[in-house]
Amino acid sequence: MAEIRYIDAINQAHHEEMAQDARVLVLGEDVGRKGGVFGATMGLVEKFGEDRVIDTPLAESSIAGVAIGMACNGLLPIAEFQFADFIHPAFNQIVSEAARMRYRSNGVYGCPVVFRAPYGGSHGTALYHSQSIEAFYAHVPGLKVVAPSTPYDAKGMLKAAIRDPDPVLFLEHKRMYRIVRGEVPDGDYTVPIGPAAVRRPGRDLSLFAYGWMLSESLAAAEEMAREGIEVEVVDIRTLAPLDTATILKSVAKTNRALIVYEDNQFLGYGAEIAARIAEEAFFDLDAPVMRLAGPDVPGIPFAKPLEEWFSISRGKIAASIRTLAAY
Amino acid sequence: MPVEVKLPQLGESTFEGTIGKWLKRPGDRVERFEPLVEIITDKVNVEMPAPYGGVLAKILIPEGQTVPVGTPIAVMETPDAAIQSPAAAQPTPTATGVGTREDRTQLADTERVRLSPVVRKLAEEHGLPLEEVARLRGSGAGGRVTKEDVLKYVETRHGAPPVAPAATVPRTTPVAPSQHPGDQLVKLTPLRRSIAQRMAQSKREIPHAYGVIEVDMTALVRWREAHKDAWRSREGVNITYTAFFVRAAADALRAFPLVNSSWSEDGIILRSAIAIGIGIALDDGLIVAVIKQADQKPLVGIAKELETLGRKAREGSLALDDVSGGTFTITNPGVFGSIWSMPIIIPGQAAILATDAIVKRPVARDDAIALRDIMHLGLSFDHRIFDGAVADGFLTRIRQKLESAPGGDAVPNDF
Repeated sequence: MAEIRYIDAINQAHHEEMAQDARVLVLGEDVGRKGGVFGATMGLVEKFGEDRVIDTPLAESSIAGVAIGMACNGLLPIAEFQFADFIHPAFNQIVSEAARMRYRSNGVYGCPVVFRAPYGGSHGTALYHSQSIEAFYAHVPGLKVVAPSTPYDAKGMLKAAIRDPDPVLFLEHKRMYRIVRGEVPDGDYTVPIGPAAVRRPGRDLSLFAYGWMLSESLAAAEEMAREGIEVEVVDIRTLAPLDTATILKSVAKTNRALIVYEDNQFLGYGAEIAARIAEEAFFDLDAPVMRLAGPDVPGIPFAKPLEEWFSISRGKIAASIRTLAAY
Repeated sequence: MPVEVKLPQLGESTFEGTIGKWLKRPGDRVERFEPLVEIITDKVNVEMPAPYGGVLAKILIPEGQTVPVGTPIAVMETPDAAIQSPAAAQPTPTATGVGTREDRTQLADTERVRLSPVVRKLAEEHGLPLEEVARLRGSGAGGRVTKEDVLKYVETRHGAPPVAPAATVPRTTPVAPSQHPGDQLVKLTPLRRSIAQRMAQSKREIPHAYGVIEVDMTALVRWREAHKDAWRSREGVNITYTAFFVRAAADALRAFPLVNSSWSEDGIILRSAIAIGIGIALDDGLIVAVIKQADQKPLVGIAKELETLGRKAREGSLALDDVSGGTFTITNPGVFGSIWSMPIIIPGQAAILATDAIVKRPVARDDAIALRDIMHLGLSFDHRIFDGAVADGFLTRIRQKLESAPGGDAVPNDF
């Protein structure tokens, strides 16, 4: 098994799925000749041609709308948004059309689109290229939202998303593309959409995270172990539908819960995890459910010191772990 | 400004108290620490000192009423400058500032009900009263009691009951006996309720086994009859059989440390100190007063202490210290005529000894029938901790001691 980068795992999934199913095609800005702004679709147009790898105009609403039309007519489109920040013009298409297709056709029509979007803060990407948008979409019934946290899952879950009969929003933390590496099998496999994964067992508190925050949380947990605090790190990886059972099981074991997410704290995705723990694990709690999230300001600043203040780092996670463990 | 005065916690397992007598009337000036009200609990009666200086503004709980610990019982008007809240009156803790017992006590006042859900759940599963849990010194932030603290406490608690999941100990509501016309319901006094709880807990958790032995008290009876007046005029107290029993039991406890122990899930805790509780009958129940270091006190000292404790018990002036810390108990149903008793072990101890009535009986001595002063000693013991051989060895040791009672003019301190 080869150790590859997160971006390579995404790329592999595209190649394999397009090779084995002629209905699979890709559309988005610069996905063809450039191979994607991050390289996720590298080599596809050469192999599968311009009919299946379509460079679109800078018009996200139409990327989503065209993809939905294709899906309703028997194709399996993968629509790439260059940055999650730019997905907002497509909000109406995704929420009002794609997510509701199954429901409003009384189960007759599916809408098997994969919407891919690189999200999250990176080095110096500032207001327009750093947003975390998962809470907007995870809120919508009918839409599956995933945020894989390892290269293995990125490939396996992208394949599962492509084969899913309903729309999936596939979120890739852009910081992970070239930093996070992991072993990924060459052949075909899928990772089911739904189950969360315990990445590190621990006894003192449960930490819930996904995407880049999972990497940072694992690093913080490693550091805490040297201080004698054993953190159980749970990779949420599918944001909708949420695997509540795994979360509750972990809280029942450790009695303390810390939720780490990069988005603004207020009504961010972690709020739902916190609410479920409060509702369903009340008698297991030995401390208040704690969230560590981004500040409630309009965007990640460009200036380096301000960006650091905004960002959730392993140092901040470690501090929160210490606080919760000592409660 | 007005400040509430709350019913304080008076002892480890007191949950409520009865207002005995208000020693101040509304409008009276009260100095801080001046006796404010008499409080009766299931263990002791105390005069509660005023926690603040000022004027007693209002009495919230009238005399005779029983309320849970923490209930506001009065309102005091205190000058602003003189708000000596219990916390503020303490020396300010340092920044790292924890550790003293007082700190914890003060914290407990405000934190008493702030137990986390899982701590409450665990307390219920292990049958721990929340008040008891709230008084633990917690390892969490600000002394908060954590789940770990409860689990550790359960492990080390004296005579901890086996960890029984709630499911295996169904909480059955006792069937209330029906009342018929003319029947009368006597309200439970705090003392009665406490006895009921402790006795039921003991019988529920401790597998009792029993041993009874016959003691020939003839020599001791003769000696006592011959010397009790002289003793009385010399020492100023009566020489009672109980004093001899305490001495004999202390000696036997030294020889059989298992009898002076506590059961815990981790193992048997052998008590280094020998502190013998003595059951003292009261009008509405029974209280156990404790003779500390019973093995280190001479007969005369024990006799004097017994008299003092008995007087205090009847006056209702026993201090908390007088009724706590026992490692073994002697009860004396013999004074009421019982000749064969099987008492219930006090939870946290390994055994209890009953001394029955001394009765003249015909017994075989040297192949002849003789009339002797005979007494039964009954031992109820926790069969988890030791077995019949130890129990009978322990009883035999006491018998030998009592039967070798001083003859002639021997100084009773030698007993």
